[in-house]
Amino acid sequence: MKTSQPDAGGHFGDFGGKYIPETLMPAVAELEECYFDAKNDPEFMNTLAHFLKNYVGRPTPLTFASRLSDFLGIKIYLKREDLAHTGAHKINAALAQGLLAKRMGKRRVIAETGAGQHGVATATVCALLDLDCVIYMGEEDILRQSLNVFRMKLLGAEVRAVDSGSRTLKDATNEAIRDWVTNVRDTYYIIGSVVGPHPYPMMVRDFQSIIGKEAREQILTEIGQLPSICLACVGGGSNAIGLFYPFLEDDVRLIGIEAAGQGLNAKHAATISKGSPGILHGARSFLLQDNWGQVIEAHSISAGLDYPGVGPEHSWLKVNERAEYYSITDLEALEGLKLLSETEGIIPALETSHAVAFLSKIASELNSDDVVILNVSGRGDKDMSTVANTLGVADGS
Amino acid sequence: MNFSSDLNTSDRISEMFRKLKNESRPALIPFVPAGWPEFDATIDIVKTVEKAGADAIELGLPFSDPLADGVTNQNAYYEAIQQGTNTSTVLETVSLLRKEGIEFPIIVMGYFNPIFTYGSARWVKDAKEAGVDALIVVDLPPGESNELESAAKNSGLHLIYLVAPTSNPERLRHVANYASGFLYCVSLTGTTGARSELSSELPDFIHRVSEYVDLPLAIGFGISERKHVEEVGKLADAAIIGSAFVRTISEASLEERSIEIVKFIRQMKGEDSDFS
Repeated sequence: MKTSQPDAGGHFGDFGGKYIPETLMPAVAELEECYFDAKNDPEFMNTLAHFLKNYVGRPTPLTFASRLSDFLGIKIYLKREDLAHTGAHKINAALAQGLLAKRMGKRRVIAETGAGQHGVATATVCALLDLDCVIYMGEEDILRQSLNVFRMKLLGAEVRAVDSGSRTLKDATNEAIRDWVTNVRDTYYIIGSVVGPHPYPMMVRDFQSIIGKEAREQILTEIGQLPSICLACVGGGSNAIGLFYPFLEDDVRLIGIEAAGQGLNAKHAATISKGSPGILHGARSFLLQDNWGQVIEAHSISAGLDYPGVGPEHSWLKVNERAEYYSITDLEALEGLKLLSETEGIIPALETSHAVAFLSKIASELNSDDVVILNVSGRGDKDMSTVANTLGVADGS
Repeated sequence: MNFSSDLNTSDRISEMFRKLKNESRPALIPFVPAGWPEFDATIDIVKTVEKAGADAIELGLPFSDPLADGVTNQNAYYEAIQQGTNTSTVLETVSLLRKEGIEFPIIVMGYFNPIFTYGSARWVKDAKEAGVDALIVVDLPPGESNELESAAKNSGLHLIYLVAPTSNPERLRHVANYASGFLYCVSLTGTTGARSELSSELPDFIHRVSEYVDLPLAIGFGISERKHVEEVGKLADAAIIGSAFVRTISEASLEERSIEIVKFIRQMKGEDSDFS
């Protein structure tokens, strides 16, 4: 497998597609048309590039993590999406989709959010572009991400609490889709990850692949060679695919880290590692489900990884053995968070901490000249109350 | 009338519409999730529905994430799953219904994942044997599943597709190519759930649909009152009543459930109810 483009129906092999109510079919067709049109419009791409540079602050740095590298005995470079405006990679796709919404003449934007990072990014873009904004968020996530809820409200968004099902990202997504079905004529749905019906997985990947494009150029400039490993956490998988995509045809190991939660035999969110193919939120992909096809509630300490599905392109990369997927528990992730904080002075998001923890776990199996690019998908400020509650303030200090 | 299993069960659907042509009224098709309100409630509910004069039943195959449904059906699905309802028990229920002499069409409505997980071809085979006449998959647009489509076609099980007010001519043509049995016209842009008024766009929408499709048309989503059924009767061939029927069942006590079901259906048919 060399390239990873979906077919005309949005299928990555057996995965992807458009499994949505008929009401939405014309809307996704319109979106696909508008997206291809915009991609080939230099004016649109220039506007996007302008905002990415002058508003988001791209390119984000590639930081050599010297103390962590010494500690683990390998060479580690951090792709600093935590330094992008709003503190995570989510702004890349939210900004581009906000511009698309404008282009399509939609006045109203909706989005789902788990950790709140995508909600904040969307609310930010709506403030910037003068769009009405409604964010759906599970009640459980509202409790553990109260700082981001406050940020969204401050940015002028309406945050709607979702109390159905597991009251997390999966249910917020259901509710956003229900809103979209109802208000499809004037509403743009900014999906936060590489999930959902075609063209979302492809389009969000394209917008996030700026991460990998920059990282690839930066590492070549810095050390004159490609890394041996690209490493990122995977919930829906947008930051991972964003990093992986420009390296797909290179001889580089691509490793995605899922949330093992309380353990793979307990409650977890390790969709690729432990799930089976199924259909949720518009696409066929790996899914956590019971024997009867009912979706199982996921669990992760990290709200952004607490999702029972995964982007279809990741499922495709997995079955084609182009990427590898492993998982890290809640407790291991907390150790990862402490490790990066103490060695580099960078407090990563709990999502990112899974990738950090994995690296420290396998470092001894790597060679000292192995070069790893680790995607720091976001900063950890939003997680401080969760971390303090779990570690105890004394331990966390 | 006794249908043997080798007789094409699709006859039940066409037979229903043929019969109704002479009565000049729309078919009345209530919807209820299978395995709800109690796990074993479905047999009695469907028997009552048939006796009360409804023309077919739409049985909901519960799904954990019913993203086209409003809160009434979501809650009912949730309870049904909690009580152990699954793809297999729903088919067993249909089989029992046929054994108990239920003769009107049984239509299963659900989401794709439980059927996909069960195995599309296997589901069609087992559903056919159990006595299912048609299947509606809310989140499966035509062309997305060859396996289900060809299995249904080969066995004569109707795959019912939906069209919505947002469906443009291109979509209507596409859906019409796949449609079988009847076409399900979603009355509004939105989720299932009772509404006080039908959309004012409905007549235009149905008129557009009929330009592309020769099949009988059913209208569903939001239909909850007799006046809605009357409006549907002027435009189409069947009225599907979901959330309003579900609510009637959930609000009735177990003792009064049958009486309330009969009252509801007679009221929807515009018959004076002297039952109570």
